[in-house]
Amino acid sequence: MAWETVIGLEVHIQLATRSKIFSTAPTAYGAEPNTQASAVDIALPGVLPVINGQVIRMATLFGLAIDADIAPKSVFARKHYFYPDLPKGYQISQFELPIVANGHLDIVLPDGTEKRVGITRAHLEEDAGKSLHEAFDRDTGIDLNRAGTPLVECVSEPDMRSAAEAVAYARKLHALVQYLGICDGNMQEGSFRVDANVSVRPVGSSEFGTRTETKNVNSFRFLEKAIEFEVERQIDVLESGGKIVQETRLYDPDADETRSMRSKEEAHDYRYFPDPDLLPVIIDAAFVEAARADLPELPDAKRERFAAEYGLSREDAAALTSSRALANYFEATVAAVGGETAQHGKPAANWIMGDLSGALNREGLAIVDSPVSAEQLGGLIARVADNTISGKIGKDVFEALFKGEGDSADAIIEAKGLKQITDTGAIEGFVDQVIADNPDQVQQYREGKTKVIGFLVGQVMKASKGKANPKEVNQMLAAKLAE
Amino acid sequence: MSHTRSIRELASDLAAKKISAVELTEHFLKRIAAHDERLNTLISRNEESARERAAAIDAGDNAGAALAGLPIAHKDIFCTRGVRTSCGSRMLDNFVAPYDATVVERLAGAGTVTLGKTNMDEFAMGSSNETSFYGSVRNPWNTDYVPGGSSGGSAAAVAAGLVPAATGSDTGGSIRQPAALCGVTGIKPTYGRVSRYGMIAFASSLDQGGCFARSAEDCAAVLQAMSGFDARDSTSVEREVPDYSAVLDSQGDDFLEGLKVGLPKEYFAEGLDDASRKVIEAAIAEFEARGAEIVEITLPHTDLAVSTYYVLAPAEASSNLARFDGVRYGYRCENPVDLEDLYTRSRGEGFGREVQRRIMVGAYVLSAGYYDAYYLKAQKTRRLIARDFSDAFENVDLIAAPVTQAPAFKLGEKLDDPVSMYLNDVYTLPASLAGLPGMSVPAGFVDGLPVGLQLLAPWFEESRLLGAAHAYQQSTDWHTKRPAGFE
Repeated sequence: MAWETVIGLEVHIQLATRSKIFSTAPTAYGAEPNTQASAVDIALPGVLPVINGQVIRMATLFGLAIDADIAPKSVFARKHYFYPDLPKGYQISQFELPIVANGHLDIVLPDGTEKRVGITRAHLEEDAGKSLHEAFDRDTGIDLNRAGTPLVECVSEPDMRSAAEAVAYARKLHALVQYLGICDGNMQEGSFRVDANVSVRPVGSSEFGTRTETKNVNSFRFLEKAIEFEVERQIDVLESGGKIVQETRLYDPDADETRSMRSKEEAHDYRYFPDPDLLPVIIDAAFVEAARADLPELPDAKRERFAAEYGLSREDAAALTSSRALANYFEATVAAVGGETAQHGKPAANWIMGDLSGALNREGLAIVDSPVSAEQLGGLIARVADNTISGKIGKDVFEALFKGEGDSADAIIEAKGLKQITDTGAIEGFVDQVIADNPDQVQQYREGKTKVIGFLVGQVMKASKGKANPKEVNQMLAAKLAE
Repeated sequence: MSHTRSIRELASDLAAKKISAVELTEHFLKRIAAHDERLNTLISRNEESARERAAAIDAGDNAGAALAGLPIAHKDIFCTRGVRTSCGSRMLDNFVAPYDATVVERLAGAGTVTLGKTNMDEFAMGSSNETSFYGSVRNPWNTDYVPGGSSGGSAAAVAAGLVPAATGSDTGGSIRQPAALCGVTGIKPTYGRVSRYGMIAFASSLDQGGCFARSAEDCAAVLQAMSGFDARDSTSVEREVPDYSAVLDSQGDDFLEGLKVGLPKEYFAEGLDDASRKVIEAAIAEFEARGAEIVEITLPHTDLAVSTYYVLAPAEASSNLARFDGVRYGYRCENPVDLEDLYTRSRGEGFGREVQRRIMVGAYVLSAGYYDAYYLKAQKTRRLIARDFSDAFENVDLIAAPVTQAPAFKLGEKLDDPVSMYLNDVYTLPASLAGLPGMSVPAGFVDGLPVGLQLLAPWFEESRLLGAAHAYQQSTDWHTKRPAGFE
């Protein structure tokens, strides 16, 4: 039987606020355990939550960016369960009235087609602390630094039909929240956590199959593998006559498999009710409009603009806008070249996606950590554009910049004497010499095997140590050979 | 006799250095030492810190503050830094709060000296003070009788002259009812007037701090220091606090002249004890004699209050008390074998029966499948009850009614009958559900036990309550009566 995969994602987006959602304790990652937990975070008797206004603003920005409805009134609710890293015995979340609802994200599939993924809702909630089972003999350690960290939980519609689509959606969302500056996107530190709801059904069926929820997926690669594993597992179960159990499963990247964590029978009754310690969040039109005015250019708009303004292909524009940092780097590079920006878009894109990204990958560096600044790369591109150096020499200059051998392309060109020879007299010397030294090839050319000119150009370049302007060499050779 | 003097008199004596703060503190500490073994009004006594604090005030701390040097006691529901804050529970018997509640901080800022923490029903759940882990409080008017609850320790301590004033909290009547049963003046302000920060939560949407003292004038002085917006409590209301004492001074005896006072017929129907009714009627006659216009009103949804309250309050309590899990502070059972055991036994052993009963009820009404029928419905009836009051206050300035159906009952009498105990709050619950300010004013006696007159005013009209009570107290002396043995 042919099966169709159905995927919905729940993503926990940690908001990049300085202080927590309901207390003034800092949110910084990696501090000594329990040093960033206030009386409110550890739920001492008598303490009360007070909402951090930044959180409301960030959730509003997010809602606008996914073209969603911003609720004029949303309500915090208590979600109850007992666990040692949940200090109050309940998590403050939003239940019936989330702050954001009815949004969507358009993704580009690997084959280039576009697809719209619905976003059911996005609500605000506080994170729990961490239980540390490893470091203690028979006890469990509790670190409440993370307790009260603000999260947006973004719930998609079950609109995705493959692991690749799910990854495309997750990547897009990941880029978006960083564009908005509301999340640092660090998946290793848990700033962006993806849970996958996966089910399968016979192709053509309109009913959904029973779904499982897979947690603990902390990279896009693991997301893809976890979904692929889960889809295969479910198909195997169904094809051997079994039934899928609605349950929460944990992805184990070492074994590359998902394992059952708890089934629905064990699921909690969370006993949600509106939190009486907090007033409803009232958002008026003026607040929404102010947030809208603060919205940065979003990835889709930027992609369209890059394509139009710099004459880039859709694919190049999409790649360059896949992160705000990369897009910023690109624009800074183009600006640094100077002159007509439209002309420099294509070479800048090629340099960034070619040599630079190759070098960064090799060193395991992110764009923000690039040893070659946008200004330096722009300076290099300018020297290639004005024929100071050839593209080939440019690659050497780039490597030198990457290794920190000079402050600018100009400095390296100067220091290494790489300036292209455009003086026709000098070039003529090399050309004459090469014609004299290679009579066989000259003969072949004159007999019609014009392709041989490539060899002769190479010889001239070699003789000039690469510094001769290849265009002029070509022209001069062609002229002399025609004599 | 410092314990018979009013707060205003004590303040002027202290300011004029007729008495030092240390002397005043010693006087009350002596009374506590002499009487509290019998009454059990205090869970913790802070003799040493009180003496130090009084000495510091004599040395100039809080100079010029309104209540500088005034001894008080705090209900043990308010967190006090460095002092055990038990909330009347074994669960918090070992809990020393690392911070001060806003109420405690503000009263300290006004110069008060804390003598101790008063006894209370466990987590403020009770109407007789019998659910306290620290034993029952006894009513100074007859020590075989309950003082009321949950702020029974505060009410009894003020009644017996062990402190001039004490703080309390009122969720369904926990200030007004013990004030009535102990013959003292008590005020529960509008929900949002006094910060709840640091007041251990029972039912967050109902809990409101307030105070007990011997007169409306004394309550005005203490409430003044407690009231006002607090950014740490999101439900606290940013609204100017009038100068209550100035209102009493400017209007004084004439306050009741022309005031329209409504008597809700539902509060005088079946169930009200005859002797108590006579006391209340006499008090209302006094209001009329002083120029008030008395009219009958109706609050038609009054009969829904008990069931509404006993859905909502336990629901919130079951959630608020979830933090007491034996993990971070408070009671932890011996040698738990696993997490489940840690939770079950810590909570089973740390909470008393009434608290467990309410947690069970609360968890039930919030559970899937029952939420709509109970919690949601109770929220709707709560709105109906509140609307009764807003409709009534379209036509009257003040509502007068009994606080309880009868005077204090005997210790143990209702302990095994929770429903009868719950019905004890039938006249105080509606105003709590509506978030209205309310007072209990001593109005007479039945068989030697005090009876309180309940006054209710529109939202944030505490000065109207205090003004009316003060005017009444100008021509009556019920509030000056002292229980035998505590003169």
